[in-house]
Amino acid sequence: MAATTPDVRTGGRSILERSPSARRADPMFRVLLVGLAGLILALIAFFFVYLITKAQPALSHQGVFSFLFTNDWNPSKAIYGAWPLVVGTLITAAIALVIGVPVAVATALFITELAPRRVRGPLTVLVELLAAVPSVVYGLWGIFVLIPKLKPAEQWFSDTFSFLPFIGGNVAGPNYFIAGLILAIMILPIVSAISREVISTVPPDLKEASLALGATRWEMIRMAVLPYARSGITGAAMLGLGRAIGETIAVTLVIGNSPTIGKQLFDQGYTLAAVIANEFGEAANDKIHAGALFAAGLVLFLLTLVINALARGLVRRAEKKGQTVTVVPGTGAA
Amino acid sequence: MTDPTDTKTMTDDPRIPSSGETAGSGAPRAPLPARGGATVAVGRVDEAVTQAAPGISVTGLDAFYGAGHAIKDVSIEYVPNKVTAMIGPSGSGKSTVLRCLNRMHEEIPGARAEGRVLLDADDIYGPSVDVVAVRRAIGMVFQKPNPFPTMSIFDNVAAGLKLNGVKGVDLKERVEQSLRGASLWEEVKDRLGQPGIGLSGGQQQRLCIARTIAVEPQVILMDEPCSALDPIATLKIEELIADLKQRFTIIIVTHNMQQAARVADTTAFFLEGELIEHAPTNEVFTKPADNRTEEYVTGKFG
Amino acid sequence: MSAATTALAPLSGRRRAADKVMRAVLAIGTLVALVPLVLVIYYLLKKGLGAWSWGFFTTDPTGNFLGDQGGVKSALLGTIEMVLLASLIAIPIGWGVGLYLVEFGRTGRFAAAVRYFVDVMTGVPSIVFGLFIYVTLVLSGWGGSSFAGWKGSVALALLMLPVVTRSAEVVLLLVPDGLREAALALGTPRWRVTMKVVLPTALPGLVTGSLLAVARAAGETAPLLFTATIVNGTTFNLGDRMNSLPVQIYTDVGSPNDQLVQRAWGAALALVTLILLTTLAARLISRRSRLS
Repeated sequence: MAATTPDVRTGGRSILERSPSARRADPMFRVLLVGLAGLILALIAFFFVYLITKAQPALSHQGVFSFLFTNDWNPSKAIYGAWPLVVGTLITAAIALVIGVPVAVATALFITELAPRRVRGPLTVLVELLAAVPSVVYGLWGIFVLIPKLKPAEQWFSDTFSFLPFIGGNVAGPNYFIAGLILAIMILPIVSAISREVISTVPPDLKEASLALGATRWEMIRMAVLPYARSGITGAAMLGLGRAIGETIAVTLVIGNSPTIGKQLFDQGYTLAAVIANEFGEAANDKIHAGALFAAGLVLFLLTLVINALARGLVRRAEKKGQTVTVVPGTGAA
Repeated sequence: MTDPTDTKTMTDDPRIPSSGETAGSGAPRAPLPARGGATVAVGRVDEAVTQAAPGISVTGLDAFYGAGHAIKDVSIEYVPNKVTAMIGPSGSGKSTVLRCLNRMHEEIPGARAEGRVLLDADDIYGPSVDVVAVRRAIGMVFQKPNPFPTMSIFDNVAAGLKLNGVKGVDLKERVEQSLRGASLWEEVKDRLGQPGIGLSGGQQQRLCIARTIAVEPQVILMDEPCSALDPIATLKIEELIADLKQRFTIIIVTHNMQQAARVADTTAFFLEGELIEHAPTNEVFTKPADNRTEEYVTGKFG
Repeated sequence: MSAATTALAPLSGRRRAADKVMRAVLAIGTLVALVPLVLVIYYLLKKGLGAWSWGFFTTDPTGNFLGDQGGVKSALLGTIEMVLLASLIAIPIGWGVGLYLVEFGRTGRFAAAVRYFVDVMTGVPSIVFGLFIYVTLVLSGWGGSSFAGWKGSVALALLMLPVVTRSAEVVLLLVPDGLREAALALGTPRWRVTMKVVLPTALPGLVTGSLLAVARAAGETAPLLFTATIVNGTTFNLGDRMNSLPVQIYTDVGSPNDQLVQRAWGAALALVTLILLTTLAARLISRRSRLS
């Protein structure tokens, strides 16, 4: 008796059936949503294809290896060696990490472990506010406030510590250091936020165990919190790195845009992102120049892809140990 | 695996209450016509109208979670207008069986069920059967009360009707009937516009019951409905169940054996995905047929 | 008392000192983090407020070489127009993908791939988005003209999409499954469960996440540089070039003209105010959420 009995009330269908039109809605809804999701995948695929296509003229002109490693960026001579840009990108990102990550982790530790309960909320909001300032405003502030005000201190530092490598000589106004400093400020909110989440997933019993052994607060942090949160914090730092590498506007305003590799910390420099922003106008009609800029964009894209993938892997591992890390990254303008 | 129809479970005609039944809810009258439609004047529940609900007849039910075989070849008869309790230790499959009865089991990714489950004469697993329609005929009350947080009390009760676009029903009347049927009307009649989540736990659960009966199902499934409630709220719901069985067939999963003894007409004992025994309640608790049943009800394990 | 440590032996001086020092270090580190914030706000107010005037907001940039430079009206309006259009594109798609991931895609490889690539998209530098739109929409001359406001909007939408999707997914996951089950058990079709139970319950959180994405998009310069570029006049035609606050600031910053620099400060203050107001609205709405 697997058949269904027709029912007068529902127009001849069994009470266990519905009209065909009603039954169509669910599958259609699902198809719609799946389509939207598939859109994302299609978009990423397009990215690659288009960027590679447009970068093609420059890469065949210059050669891929030569593009990456030749230390000569000279559009007027149609030479596109992006090495100075790559180095500049890496240097500024490194400075940003060296300055920014310790400060970010310090704030994360302070807020979650040391600050009195009532202060935690406001402090968190204040750190997050750093992300509300758009990139161009940081650039503006960098040019007119940071550069002039720090120049005397930079010059003093450069003179006093000239025995150190990469220090010494004349301090340029815009330079690697200022760019790195501003990047540090810009990555602070994201690194701090994720570190905070990771640190708060440390199981309380672990912390209580070390306190019960008579550890001081700092010792507890050192023994219980930091080792546990280490991979998550590394992931946070890498996300910061990804941001620093891709940051365009603030950097281009304060780095001097000189396509050479500076010899010291306070020299001018250039980055991959900055060159794209700057030279786009003049490259509009020159297919090879434009292609070189696209190639720079491609390098940028791949770099951030790889770094972010690694970073997410680390943060996911921290996730698996504890609760879900629910910070939504990607806040803050470029 | 026990075949419940041949041991000392029921008399031949499952529609006749068994000998152990003393409460005077009376023998069912001849089935009333057009059940579930607006044409039946149900009247007020306190007039104790007995309305013949269909029973559910399960044959050879198997349920899987992915590769895991959770329910093994279960066959059981749920008697119309009676309360059947399903008891058993954790993991015995009683909740899974319950969820197979309104096809909620298959909402879990990778889960599926096979077998015949007849509501009256219709197999809910039949090929042309629509899952959504099954659930309108077989309602469910969950362990944790779950009123819709964005809706008022009134809207919560009416939710089943509104969500399904049911037309031609006087909502206010239906909501009042349902709230009365859930013994909640007096407590909330002056605040129908307030949010459903503002009620106490026990009230929320009765709200959920009102919501379920508002769509006029034929069977009500209850998955440990009182386990999140305090004893007083539990008692209210148990009294409610005694009322509700006059209009619906009720199947309740409970881990509380005393509760089964209080509310159920018949009780089924499950263990490791199999039905061990199904008999009138007092038989299960005083002279169970199977050893394992006896060990469970006397607390030797569980 | 024996010479060995008793149960109540005092903490060694060295350990106590280390604790004090490190606590101070962490506290100072936190203050250091806040110094830039204070300085930025201070200078924004100091140099930007002076630029604000009625005329500042109601006149367009004149583009004159000398003399009156005008205000930032077209930039302000342009930002609002382009960000609005970008939101209209990104928010429905983002919510849709979020709904897919939570309602239909909790397991399965397709969903995992989508989730992964949404994550990937959050890390893409905004200038790359601008480049992409430049290549696909501007160079090819889509829709007639080359640079256009709507193309800038599309670039901004690409930027917002992963942020909206991610936050939508997080919020939708917070809706308890019990609600979905209750609705399903009442015999409600899936799509109605999603649209009439899940979505309304998650709405405040969804709006919050979207507003935060809007705040971010409003501040972006790079995606607009080669899509909408810059223009002096106010226009409501998204098919034309359109001005925007970030691009206007960027252009003015490099100028030797002091008036323009001051205008840049004023515009920067206006932009930051806009962003802060949007963020504030987002936080207020999230307070009204009944989840978590």
